[in-house]
Amino acid sequence: MEYIIIIISAVFVNNIVLAKFLGICPFIGVSNKVETAIGMTGAVTFVMVIATIVTYLIQHYVLEKFGIGFLQTIMFILVIASLVQMVEIVLKRVSIALYQALGIFLPLITTNCAVLGVAILAVQNDYNLLESVVFSAANALGFGLALVTFSGIREQLDLLDLPKAMEGVPIAFVVAGLLAMAFMGFAGIV
Amino acid sequence: MNKVESTFRNMVLTLFIVTLVASSALGFVYALTKEPIEAARLAKRTRAITDVLPEYNNNPLEDSYKLAADGDTLYFYPGTMNGELVGTAVETFTTQGFSGEIKLMVGLLPDGTINDISVLEHKETPGLGDKMDKKKSDFSLQFQGKDPMDFTISVTQDGGNVQAITASTVSSRAFCDAVIRAYNAYMEGGKQ
Amino acid sequence: MTQWKNFTKGFFKENAVFVLFLGLCPTLGVTNSAINGMGMGLATTFVLVGSNLVVSLIRHWIPDKVRIPTFIVVIASFVTIVELSMQAYLPDLFDELGLFIPLIVVNCLILGRAEAFASRHNLASAIVDGLGMGLGFTMALVLLGGVREILGSGSIFGLKFINGDGILLFVLAPGAFIALGYMIVLINKINKKSA
Repeated sequence: MEYIIIIISAVFVNNIVLAKFLGICPFIGVSNKVETAIGMTGAVTFVMVIATIVTYLIQHYVLEKFGIGFLQTIMFILVIASLVQMVEIVLKRVSIALYQALGIFLPLITTNCAVLGVAILAVQNDYNLLESVVFSAANALGFGLALVTFSGIREQLDLLDLPKAMEGVPIAFVVAGLLAMAFMGFAGIV
Repeated sequence: MNKVESTFRNMVLTLFIVTLVASSALGFVYALTKEPIEAARLAKRTRAITDVLPEYNNNPLEDSYKLAADGDTLYFYPGTMNGELVGTAVETFTTQGFSGEIKLMVGLLPDGTINDISVLEHKETPGLGDKMDKKKSDFSLQFQGKDPMDFTISVTQDGGNVQAITASTVSSRAFCDAVIRAYNAYMEGGKQ
Repeated sequence: MTQWKNFTKGFFKENAVFVLFLGLCPTLGVTNSAINGMGMGLATTFVLVGSNLVVSLIRHWIPDKVRIPTFIVVIASFVTIVELSMQAYLPDLFDELGLFIPLIVVNCLILGRAEAFASRHNLASAIVDGLGMGLGFTMALVLLGGVREILGSGSIFGLKFINGDGILLFVLAPGAFIALGYMIVLINKINKKSA
């Protein structure tokens, strides 16, 4: 039952992009086509879940054991950077098409605040290993939900006649605000 | 730009040295800031206690004790003036807030009368539930000086004496839940 | 370019937030008030100047293939210094900025400047660049924070000028997005006029 609450909270109530403001750069950068959005979500999910597992282990068996908690930021970001490097190598072998579609955005997952943010949040919320896995997977799902929904909307926005100044990023932000407003309706569910 | 080749040895060496220097520098800063950080944390807690208790001259943090309640712990910080108990600050919680957990610091006089209440943490909606904070409205002032034996701690909608925050009955109910938890724990086993 | 141009480019022409769209997470996350925006902006500027300085100093000794991880270690160290210092000496601001302080390490602005500028320029230019881009970033955060605070709480830098609440939407998530969207339009117009 606890897990259902974690999932609903992470996907809807505290959506990582629309409520917690993490993962905005890819949100704006990759969301103009539904296809790339889905591909990005897959890559982020993979990195986010594994990163959370590894950082959980490091936090409990290294940082806390030796009292070097202040090295958390450095260790966590190094783990994430290495993971992304590995994903790049694996993708090059397994699916060159997806690798090329994601392009520059793949290494950018390293600087995706959502991945580091979720890793830190899992530690702050004092989750055990299984809860951390569920939490990170749910957040990745929430990220994907926001990203794919938004890219669908943006594909439609491109067909509109807008004042020149609003085209592109500005209108995207205003629409994101409306989407965030819609998600606020989920507050109070858990 | 670079005069150093990317041989395996050089790469490992560079990363090792950089990380070593970085960790040492950080270790130094950590040692430097360890005490101020502890002091800041204690000051914050002490401020919350002073807000809700009458004047005291002991160190409530040193004399604190805790009790288990409803799956979590309540912390009791007694304040004494020259050895005589003047009040106990109880750090209490509720999980029934509209947006999650709410933490309160309830100041109780020795006989259980409420002296004052401060909000420690909450995630309630700005403009609605967040009015439980003293800075936003007088909602929490109505508890001052009230004895829960005479002043029923539940919202009027539930037959109690507490005027709920307009359009925020859930937050108000949760607030009462936390206060009752503190009072009951104190009366049943907290008095020391 | 001259050092003056180097310094001022970060304010309008190459403003991190409104033109380059870098560092958006903290921009939306902590600009519910002008003070928070300023605190975050200055913390980021400190990290940016520090990392630009170190990266420029050691740029000739870093093998090309490990430069990104090296930059990351340098940046993460400065972020940790900021974290610890704030916790010790500015605990209230630390609580307000919360999760976004460690997240300075993934602020694409800092890694971006290390890669694009500091690793290719001398010490003086790198420091000036860090200062200019950082202060420009701070300006953007204070502007956005100020707008959101005035509209949403009816106050500026904590000084209230109306009774009660403003348009609360602006201190919440949706307001951040909407306010930023319109500010980008504004800055675009200013940049076009002076182009």
